[in-house]
Amino acid sequence: MIVHAIFFYVFSIIAVISAIMVTVSKNTVHSVFFLILDFISISCLFIMIGAEFLGMIMLIVYVGAVAVLFLFVVMMLNVAQQKNQWFVSKDNSNHIPVGLIISSIIFFELIIVIGGWKYKPELSGASNSQSSYDISNTHSLGQILYTDYIHIFQISGMILLIAMIGAIVLTFRQREGVKKQSYIKQISRERSEGIEVLEVPSNKGVKIDD
Amino acid sequence: MIDVGLGHYLTLGAVIFSIGVIGIFLNRKNIIVILMSIELILLAVNINLVSFSIYLGDLSGQVFTLFILTVAAAEAAIGLAIIVVYYRNAGTIRVEEIDKLKG
Repeated sequence: MIVHAIFFYVFSIIAVISAIMVTVSKNTVHSVFFLILDFISISCLFIMIGAEFLGMIMLIVYVGAVAVLFLFVVMMLNVAQQKNQWFVSKDNSNHIPVGLIISSIIFFELIIVIGGWKYKPELSGASNSQSSYDISNTHSLGQILYTDYIHIFQISGMILLIAMIGAIVLTFRQREGVKKQSYIKQISRERSEGIEVLEVPSNKGVKIDD
Repeated sequence: MIDVGLGHYLTLGAVIFSIGVIGIFLNRKNIIVILMSIELILLAVNINLVSFSIYLGDLSGQVFTLFILTVAAAEAAIGLAIIVVYYRNAGTIRVEEIDKLKG
């Protein structure tokens, strides 16, 4: 139990500090790296409390895909050194106290909800309970993911497909002046326009313009 | 304090959610940091769902966390694609200068 507490506090302090650094740091590349550190520590927390499948999936999806996507975009758009001077902005700087007030209100509301929250004891034995400890977390998750939630699962697959097609269509650009192979031109050539029979005079040759 | 329970995880989720909201208000210059703050908010929601799922013994929360993960990945891909297209057309992605829609 004490080991659990130590690991919880270490990982949660790392997560909170790196979340603060994501919002505060001036260099966007550093923000992305702190975001990666945040995801890694949260996935360690997930693995620690017994959701090991979700922890691993978080590592793969967030650290392996989303953060790399952010890094690509940040490095491609050359905004890494763009200074975000959020304290020294002279003009219309009244959004910072408004943001602090709104987020502190949200935080205290959440704390009040957590402090006054009691759950009914009959809720804890719900239908999809992870009661048996002889099957792993991944096994039990797969057992309900492919039976009870199969339609939502397939809809999420469609969402990913649409997102992929949308990202490709948005960023695809037809460049000018690039020589490309055109299959329809190649296979629609006729003999009449492809070859030409010339009368070659002897000792003179013929001039071919290409 | 030593006995880590559900409230500790919910508090961690609340803290990270609030930091994400602060990040949206604070980084009014850089739209990529705003997208990262949205990812932080989704992460806080995931923490809440997973901790409830573990402590109540109900696996549905983890399934919904999986779907939130899917939607977050799709949202990041589409958002970054829109940012790339906008940067290519307008030459800037500073938030004050994105006013093509006259919003």
